[in-house]
Amino acid sequence: MSFRMRSASKALSALLATAVGLLPATSASATSSMATSHSGSRVPITFWSAMSGTLGAALGHLVNEFNSSQSTYKVNLLYKGSYSTVLSATIAAVRAHHAPDIAQIFDAGTATMMYAPGVYVPVHQLMSEYHFKFSTSQFIGGAASYYETAQDQLDSLPFNSSTPVLYYNRPLLAKAGIKSPPKTWTQLANDVKPLVSAGAKCILSASGAYIMWTDMEQFDLWNGYPYATQNNGYDSIKNVKLLLTAKPMVQHWDFLGTLSKRGLYRWNGTTNSTVPFFTNGTCAFYDNSSADINEIEAGAKFPVGITQLPVVAGNPAAPQNTVVGGASLWALSGVPQNTYRGDAEFLHFMMSVSAQDYWASHTGYVPVTNAAANHLHKVGFYKTHPSDLVAVLELTHKPPKPWTRGIRLGYLPEVRVDEASAIAAILSGKESASSALASAQAQGDKVLAEFASQYGG
Amino acid sequence: MPDRAGGAIFRGRFLPYALVVPQLVIVAIFFLWPTVRAIYESFEETNAFGTGARFSGLTNFVNAFSVAGEVGTIEVTVILACVTTVLAMAIGLFLAVEADQVGRVRRVYRTLFIWTYAVPSAIAGALWLFLFEPGLGAGARVLVDLGVNWNFALHSLQAFALLVAVIVWQQAAYNFLFYTAGLQMIPRDVFEAASIDGAGKLARFWQVVFPLLSPTTFYLLVMNVLYAFFSSFAIIDVITQGGPGNATTTVVYQVYRDGFQNGNTGLAGAETVFLLLIAAALTAVQFRFLNRKVFYR
Repeated sequence: MSFRMRSASKALSALLATAVGLLPATSASATSSMATSHSGSRVPITFWSAMSGTLGAALGHLVNEFNSSQSTYKVNLLYKGSYSTVLSATIAAVRAHHAPDIAQIFDAGTATMMYAPGVYVPVHQLMSEYHFKFSTSQFIGGAASYYETAQDQLDSLPFNSSTPVLYYNRPLLAKAGIKSPPKTWTQLANDVKPLVSAGAKCILSASGAYIMWTDMEQFDLWNGYPYATQNNGYDSIKNVKLLLTAKPMVQHWDFLGTLSKRGLYRWNGTTNSTVPFFTNGTCAFYDNSSADINEIEAGAKFPVGITQLPVVAGNPAAPQNTVVGGASLWALSGVPQNTYRGDAEFLHFMMSVSAQDYWASHTGYVPVTNAAANHLHKVGFYKTHPSDLVAVLELTHKPPKPWTRGIRLGYLPEVRVDEASAIAAILSGKESASSALASAQAQGDKVLAEFASQYGG
Repeated sequence: MPDRAGGAIFRGRFLPYALVVPQLVIVAIFFLWPTVRAIYESFEETNAFGTGARFSGLTNFVNAFSVAGEVGTIEVTVILACVTTVLAMAIGLFLAVEADQVGRVRRVYRTLFIWTYAVPSAIAGALWLFLFEPGLGAGARVLVDLGVNWNFALHSLQAFALLVAVIVWQQAAYNFLFYTAGLQMIPRDVFEAASIDGAGKLARFWQVVFPLLSPTTFYLLVMNVLYAFFSSFAIIDVITQGGPGNATTTVVYQVYRDGFQNGNTGLAGAETVFLLLIAAALTAVQFRFLNRKVFYR
């Protein structure tokens, strides 16, 4: 009896000893790491981004510049994956109380973030708390309108901003006897025949991952049509309905579906890049973000033309304006108190003329502040880079109407997935444009209703 | 003192409990707690950040399986399970029976037929994607040369067929392995007796071999269905991400999409509860029938 008890208690005490033994070790390492962060005297700022490749390198350059400009903070740039991945990783991190200090959230995630109280520190508030000059009017129209709240305040800092443009294969158009690129979709449709006769294997392609952005959202804005009710969600989060079955939208997709049936339109789902279809000379026209200018000009072995997106022929409202796509920077709350000043300093640096000009001239993005845009004009950047000007002119073509400020829809990434399903159905010939768009609209409206119910209380 | 309790039986009252505690803790943390949590959340509605939670009754269950497009995720999952199970088991059995009869080179065949199972699912998916990527892959070009308008990013049936092919490619090897083992357990004299009675090759197979393999068949049936339900995730995520439309979205993939990508934990919770019931049912069936030793009598 006593033996048994002893062996049992021995085992238990052994277990306990192991458990207790772990405690001092962990707490010791915790204190030591805190000690180093103090003695190293730099407060770490975690920054989650969605930029890889050359864009990641340009962003890394800016971060390094900030880090060497002062000695209080050290921004740790972390590439988290695609835009959707950064958004879902940020949401997961907030739920787990381990939010990064700053997250780069794409356009479509704006409403999902904006209407989540307590998740972030509004940038306008952060800036005024640390006495940095900051107002919405410092930003270019298309960027300010996309990210501003109903009170004209910016909750996040507009950062990488681009807009779709029409790329075209100059020698191919010349061979087909086409003097100037199309200004309307009807002109583009008329160009099909001469291009095919000239040997073109494909007329048109559009962004792989963001075709819903180029050919649905921006299609509506550029033509001056509303994309959803309640001024695209700007007026309310309740009772918002998509307007995908509007006639011009259906006709546009009918046209693309017809091209696709003849093998003249290329798109291989949201996970495949369409850039090679244009750069290898297959497609004559390419509807994609201006952010890809450098990649496309470097990849194409022919002179690339860049012009404004076509509009719907006979539409008196068009062209109206496009809005920015890309991402803004959010300062998350629930992070250590001593990092907020660092957030403010870093964001202030990111909107500086020098940072914006570096960013715009090393990528295809536009400068987001008026000061930076003016400076680029002044130094003659657009004289030497006229193709970079196309996006700027589209964004500022006319002052936005209430329904062309942007797309403010909750769970927009989810809506875009439903739209991508419809696009696959149309381009494969499985469904007509009207029926596919109707089912995307029904699905999307369900998502918007869910958002209203979950966020509206 | 030498140990008196040399056997497997502990006489102490607490020691056995103390020894199983680590395991119980792991089960509780990684299995029980998430399960309880999923059931709890399936009756709640919250926003993506998990704030503003409120009770929502059965709404999540209704939303989870109200058929979105033309084909629901349950249908996709069931069809995928049926097609892959039948194909993978038939191929596995056929190869096992044939490889069993080739004499000395048997080992070579066995190794060749088993290796595809050793390829991790995600890598298998990447390999097949590489081969059948529209316009780029070698396999895709062959199909185009054969006159197929190959683009699984747009065509639902092609995406589904590709998924089936990868799963069967992997699972047939698993089935082959178990059938080979099953065949080795059949005594040779049973074959001889059947031959003496005048049974031909086909009759020997259907009347002797196949019935004697029934425990293996049953086990594999359950395993293949479980694979299609749960483990097909990696392949789907690598190749189709559930698309085009929802053509290759299984219930597990839907849980991932709703819970992790869209942050709708309530909806994902409801779907998880449904999956739990399926898994429990399959496991119960497996235990009940596998414990009956139907071997040879």
